Amino acid sequence: MGAIVTAEGLCKSFAKRGSAGPPVLDGLDLELEEGSVLALLGPNGAGKTTTVRILATLLRPDAGRATVAGFDVVRDARRVREIISLTGQQVAVDARQTGAENLTMMGHLAHLPRRVVGDRVAELLTAFDLADAASRRVDTYSGGMRRRLDLAAGLLTRPRIMFLDEPTTGLDPRSRQALWDVVRDVVEQGTSVFLTTQYLEEADRLAERVALVDGGRVAAEGTPAQLKRQVGEAGVELTLPSPSDAVRLAPALAAATVDGARVRVPTDGSVAHVRSVLTTVEAMGVTPEHWEMRTPTLDDVFLTLTGHVGRARTARAAEVAA
Amino acid sequence: MTYLLRDVSTMTVRGLRLVSRDVDAMITAVLLPVVILLMFVLVFGGALDVGTDYINYVTPGVILLAAGFGAANTALAVEHDMSSGMVERLRSMPVTAWTVLSGHVVASLAKNLATTAIVFGVSILMGFRPEASALEWLAAVGMILLFVGWITWLAALVGVLVRSPDAAGGFSFIVMFLPYVSSAFVPVDTLPGWMRGFAEHQPVTPVIETVRGLLAGDVATAADPGGAAALAVAWCLGLGVTFAVAAGLAFRARR
Repeated sequence: MGAIVTAEGLCKSFAKRGSAGPPVLDGLDLELEEGSVLALLGPNGAGKTTTVRILATLLRPDAGRATVAGFDVVRDARRVREIISLTGQQVAVDARQTGAENLTMMGHLAHLPRRVVGDRVAELLTAFDLADAASRRVDTYSGGMRRRLDLAAGLLTRPRIMFLDEPTTGLDPRSRQALWDVVRDVVEQGTSVFLTTQYLEEADRLAERVALVDGGRVAAEGTPAQLKRQVGEAGVELTLPSPSDAVRLAPALAAATVDGARVRVPTDGSVAHVRSVLTTVEAMGVTPEHWEMRTPTLDDVFLTLTGHVGRARTARAAEVAA
Repeated sequence: MTYLLRDVSTMTVRGLRLVSRDVDAMITAVLLPVVILLMFVLVFGGALDVGTDYINYVTPGVILLAAGFGAANTALAVEHDMSSGMVERLRSMPVTAWTVLSGHVVASLAKNLATTAIVFGVSILMGFRPEASALEWLAAVGMILLFVGWITWLAALVGVLVRSPDAAGGFSFIVMFLPYVSSAFVPVDTLPGWMRGFAEHQPVTPVIETVRGLLAGDVATAADPGGAAALAVAWCLGLGVTFAVAAGLAFRARR
């Protein structure tokens, strides 16, 4: 299958007090394969939301072009709107309407045939585990429920392409997991998903391909495995009582590197391998003061691929990605 | 085009729901004009000589004051839609997105109709004795709705333009002063000269005079082609269309 979303050389800057501001997008290229998930991964301010807004016809690029299902997002904006759905960073549902009322409204606005609106709404409420809360006002919903309703509102028309702009920001781990399940279901039913996220883990779990954005352009693109390989593998890191212990231990472990009193052993993360590493350490008669599993974090990705730590990096992003 | 009517009706249902379920705003919308009515009639009324019972004089003014206040909520509602992601979502759909504005305007008209009825009720309990026929009542209410219409479209425009709820809220502060500098509470000839010029040539005064005339059963004044009624209708339609178009354009222009 071919590309369903393409962007070539997208540029965008926002005017600041009359003069053109610094570029938010600076020649961004990307492609989304039909039927797959592409994650745009990057810190705040990298240009993720601007990219989504251009692709979803909300913003015109200053330069470059983008197509969705072959339609130009500027010239054929109306055609594009008929086949996409956008779930923005903010939850766009009315707090003073019930879940069912919100979806029914969106069904009418999406111009579904009148007689199917009711059935489709009921179907989605059940699918998103909101059937029991359907006749409750949204201001009684939890954050996770609101997000699910918001997603459901984007699926009324069975869009060919779904844009999700940081869909799990601010969700607790359980709600995040539930949302990932939903996205997988949607993809299984044939929808292509364009996702932005600050979380490496999210990109890893959901996306076939990840595009790393930095400073308004794609710094690296590939499968999650490819990217992580570029960043470096996961490793078991052992902190020993002294550097001499480290030097003594290292030769017994495959591909181990020494840094002072620390020994780092690359691992595939499997229980078997980690156990064999720890068994070897024990057999050598060395007692580490401390040991831990180190996996690539968003910081590592940025450091390795862009040579600097992501701008406006939040502690939360690092913590979740770790 | 076929979808335009459907979009408008969907948005109207939404607007009515949002307004009728905003209990805080509803209570304020009803309480405020009632308190103002009580205050003007009981506190100032005794000291003011307007040639008739003060309650007969002031009731239309209080209703227009309430309309201005009610319209400010429209500015807040529109601002909320603009900043909460709702408009963003609508714009990514094949809907005529500005219909979101018309939904709020219709809701505001309905709400003001309700508060108007309540103010009339309280006012009649307090001794207001209109002498209008059924037709004159209808005309008076129609006039009030025309007034609510333009001021709500102005509020919608403000809601599109401002970038914060505080700024949208500030709108009510400004529009609430319009009726004070008019014939709503005191005859304009009691005002200082420079202020009288403004009072006589702003839209509130002819609207007040028309409603007052109709409620007093004085059709002759209302029907006079060069009189207050014609002027009031011209003001309201002119401003209403201007602000509706401006709000629509501003909505489309804002990205």
